[in-house]
Amino acid sequence: MLHETAIIAVAFAYLGILFAIAYYADERADAGRSVIASPYIYSLSLAVYATAWTFYGSVGRAASDGVGFLPIYIGPTLMIALWWVVMRKILRISKQNRITSLADFIASRYGKSALLGGLVTVIAVIGILPYISLQLKAVSNSFTILVQYPAIVMPGNAATLLIRQDTALWVALILAAFTIVFGTRHLDAAEHHQGMVAAIAFESLVKLLAFLAVGVFVTFGIYDGFGDLFGRVAAAPKLRAMLAPLEGAAGGYANWAWLTILSMMAIMFLPRQFQVAVIENLDEKHLNKAIWLFPLYMLAINVFVLPIAFGGLLRFPDGSVDADTFVLTLPMAEKHELLALLVFIGGLSAATGMVIVETIALSTMVCNDLVMPVLLRIRRLRLNERRDLTGLLLGIRRGAIVLILLLGYLYFKLAGEAYALVSIGLISFAAVAQFAPAMFGGIFWKGGTRTGALCGLLAGFAVWLYTLLLPALARSGWLPIGIVDDGPFGIELLRPLQLFGLTGLDEISHAMIWSMIANVGAYVIASLSVSPGADEHRQASLFVDVFRHSGEARGARFWRGTASVPDLYNLLARFLGTAAADAAFGQYANAKGLKWPDGQLVADAELVHYVEVQLAGAIGASSARIMVAAVVKEEALTLDEVREILDEASQVVAYSHRLEQKSRELETTSAELRAANERLTELDRLKDDFISTVTHELRTPLTSIRALSEILHDDPELDRRQRVKFLGIIIKESERLTRLINQVLDLAKIESGNAEWHSSELDLRELIEEAAAAVGPVIAEHRIALALRLPDRVPAITADRDRLMQVMLNLLSNAVKFCDREAGRITIALTRQPDALRIDVVDNGPGIRREDQELIFQKFRQVGDTLTEKPHGTGLGLPISRQIVQHFGGRLWVESGSGSGATFSFTMPLGSRTTGSVISAGDVNAAGVAP
Amino acid sequence: MTKTVLVADDEPNIVVSLEYLLERDGYSVKVARNGEEALAHIAQFHPDLILLDVMLPLRNGFEVCQKIRQTPEWQGIRIIMLTAKGRETEVSKGLALGADAYITKPFSTKELMAEVRRLLGDSG
Repeated sequence: MLHETAIIAVAFAYLGILFAIAYYADERADAGRSVIASPYIYSLSLAVYATAWTFYGSVGRAASDGVGFLPIYIGPTLMIALWWVVMRKILRISKQNRITSLADFIASRYGKSALLGGLVTVIAVIGILPYISLQLKAVSNSFTILVQYPAIVMPGNAATLLIRQDTALWVALILAAFTIVFGTRHLDAAEHHQGMVAAIAFESLVKLLAFLAVGVFVTFGIYDGFGDLFGRVAAAPKLRAMLAPLEGAAGGYANWAWLTILSMMAIMFLPRQFQVAVIENLDEKHLNKAIWLFPLYMLAINVFVLPIAFGGLLRFPDGSVDADTFVLTLPMAEKHELLALLVFIGGLSAATGMVIVETIALSTMVCNDLVMPVLLRIRRLRLNERRDLTGLLLGIRRGAIVLILLLGYLYFKLAGEAYALVSIGLISFAAVAQFAPAMFGGIFWKGGTRTGALCGLLAGFAVWLYTLLLPALARSGWLPIGIVDDGPFGIELLRPLQLFGLTGLDEISHAMIWSMIANVGAYVIASLSVSPGADEHRQASLFVDVFRHSGEARGARFWRGTASVPDLYNLLARFLGTAAADAAFGQYANAKGLKWPDGQLVADAELVHYVEVQLAGAIGASSARIMVAAVVKEEALTLDEVREILDEASQVVAYSHRLEQKSRELETTSAELRAANERLTELDRLKDDFISTVTHELRTPLTSIRALSEILHDDPELDRRQRVKFLGIIIKESERLTRLINQVLDLAKIESGNAEWHSSELDLRELIEEAAAAVGPVIAEHRIALALRLPDRVPAITADRDRLMQVMLNLLSNAVKFCDREAGRITIALTRQPDALRIDVVDNGPGIRREDQELIFQKFRQVGDTLTEKPHGTGLGLPISRQIVQHFGGRLWVESGSGSGATFSFTMPLGSRTTGSVISAGDVNAAGVAP
Repeated sequence: MTKTVLVADDEPNIVVSLEYLLERDGYSVKVARNGEEALAHIAQFHPDLILLDVMLPLRNGFEVCQKIRQTPEWQGIRIIMLTAKGRETEVSKGLALGADAYITKPFSTKELMAEVRRLLGDSG
């Protein structure tokens, strides 16, 4: 019965059933009545974890390591317990950000980095190749064995088969075609493949049933139950050691530990696991049931592993039959054809399940995260302008599927024979474990940056290549074995399997230690050394704080730019088709209470974000970003805005600390500058004050002149008396104005050093007498008594006569103004001092208060500012006088007591310029040289 | 009824011109030479409008203006501020303190009187 054709027919029939299930499920999904929206289906789909490796390889491992096959299943069970925290977060993040694959998740988290997405894809593809080749090997081997029934013959070296008889190649091609039909019939925005999930769930049942059937058969059919079986094993001396749980050696504990950890990573990061657990998940609540259903499945499928292994060892004690094949060869040996066929189908089921999901997941990553970003950046292709890209996307995916399977086959040919199935699988586990630091760091640590993820992934992958892939290739003869045995170029420390002298571990543990050290180390160090960009900050917050944020609307705030609704619609239609685009826009409009396509939608940040998210579902986040950016004119966010939005206290504090420090440094170095600046500002202010006061002083007389002039002009009938009065005022104010202007100019000239000084020899006595004469009329008018107290002789001095006269007149006119009203007395005294001549002008007025004594020398300041009487004069006389006196090296000051008059004094130094000739009345002696 | 205008300025010649202009247009004029006197006159005569110089001795024009606006019963008094300082900050300050108009010296007599009439609601 078990002819080649019969087996092939049954195999195809089974595949046909699978296809039918998938088709039916897809149809129901399109009609909106999904068959797979059940936690049981979800949990069963997770069981795609158990592949042909489980089916055949576990028994093989158990046969050599006893209970040592278990860690690979303990790991996932443990991990599921943690899922409540980890997986829920990943699910929430993925739903919110419309993540379409593992690479998309990582790329999205680290600032929508296309580079990172591409790297993850490459690592995933290379890493999974051994795993795929394992499935091919299992199927082709099991076929080869079964075909030779009733003889039990192990398959020979695969490399010697001719192409036509190369079963593995056929299997690869058929599976490729099958997968293409399964997974690439059309594009779904969310990358849901409901048909595939339904088929997988069915497969999980089939392989479980098959395995259980064999298990029951071996345990209760061939032998008499567990007790009997184990009893016999204990009785066989060679096999007794198998019952010991651990190897006993120190390496045993470490190996167990690493295998457990490794499989914990695998259940999360194998692309197919991520696909079914995260991407295909329809409802977060399914997780609750899965947390206990999946371990139950694991238990069920492992219960009979040891019994089958022991049964096989007992049945084929000479080692001529590969332990990997016991599951199949035991029924064959017992002539149970149907069971053997069922086992074959079970193994086929396990293998196809893995291959389909894995290649679909990988092809999605290759399309969205590797090829599309590159194509979009090549401007020559001008993909932005192509109307419909769905055909291109599907084409890329199909090509990727074929390529991946062929590569898997290639690996099988090159390196597959060197290892048992389990070891091959573990190499893949170790590869996907490299995603762990970037993933866990990504969802729990906001400090993880893109640079960190890149460095970590590259470092870990490099170590993986060196410590696992390289030896595998060397052992198959494709690289000189010397590299493995003696190290590259003979450097023993760099031996791939005992790196830096770490011995005593099996290959996997060894590789894991080094790759994790490199990966985590590079990730943490690089993350801490390089500051992330604004994009990364935003994504980090979105991911790590996903439970804190209220939903998708949050993302809309991180955008600023201009867009138009038709542009956005066309963009979406190009990738998803007009139907899907219409549906998406309709949904959005409904949520806002509007109708589509009535044109009421506003192209605001929210809509752009919505479109981007929809698009990401089809082509991945980084590509979607590029397309949207091309359509809208985006403006860069400033760092201030990002900070504002994120309200990340510690970040803000860190920044402000740095700023504080900077400003403190600047303060200390620029203290002198500030002081100098202050001085300048003060001077400037004084200048401003002066100018504004001058302006005011000039405008005041002008006001009267103008107003009165206008009045005179407008009213020719003005009364004569009024007219005369007004004209008088105009004249007086004009004079006042002129005086003021003159004095201001004068002062300005003196102060700026532009004044002209005409120095000549002069006699102060003479000067004083002249001044007294000049004010004579005024003195007489006010009935003031003027007294002159001059010595007979004084030395001549050299000075500007007019200027000194100006000073005298100023002092005298002040004295006249302020001396007593009734009995005014003014005295002018000239005295000789050792090196100067001193003049005093004394009046008997009210005196000047102490606080005003310096004030009066300031420009425009006059005593009596706050009195009700508006003082006469300009307020510039004294300042000018002082300037003049100082110009000649003298001093001008006042002495006064309140109520007892004031004495203004100034000195004129007797300089070396004085001739020394003494001029006196009647004295002809020419003596007295100046000291 | 004749409206009363208070002129608060310490420059006698300016007062002369303002007095003439106002009386010519039929207003009753009171004069104050400093801030304190201005407030006293307001309390006593309750003018309808005050021409208020900024640079007044004792209490400057801004203070007087503020005081008027803070006193409820004087809310109806119109205030025109006058100054020879024409800086924008001064103008804004004055208007912010509640002045109704702000005129810089030297002023046009026509404009000044037009403003007075406008604020007092008289036409012509």
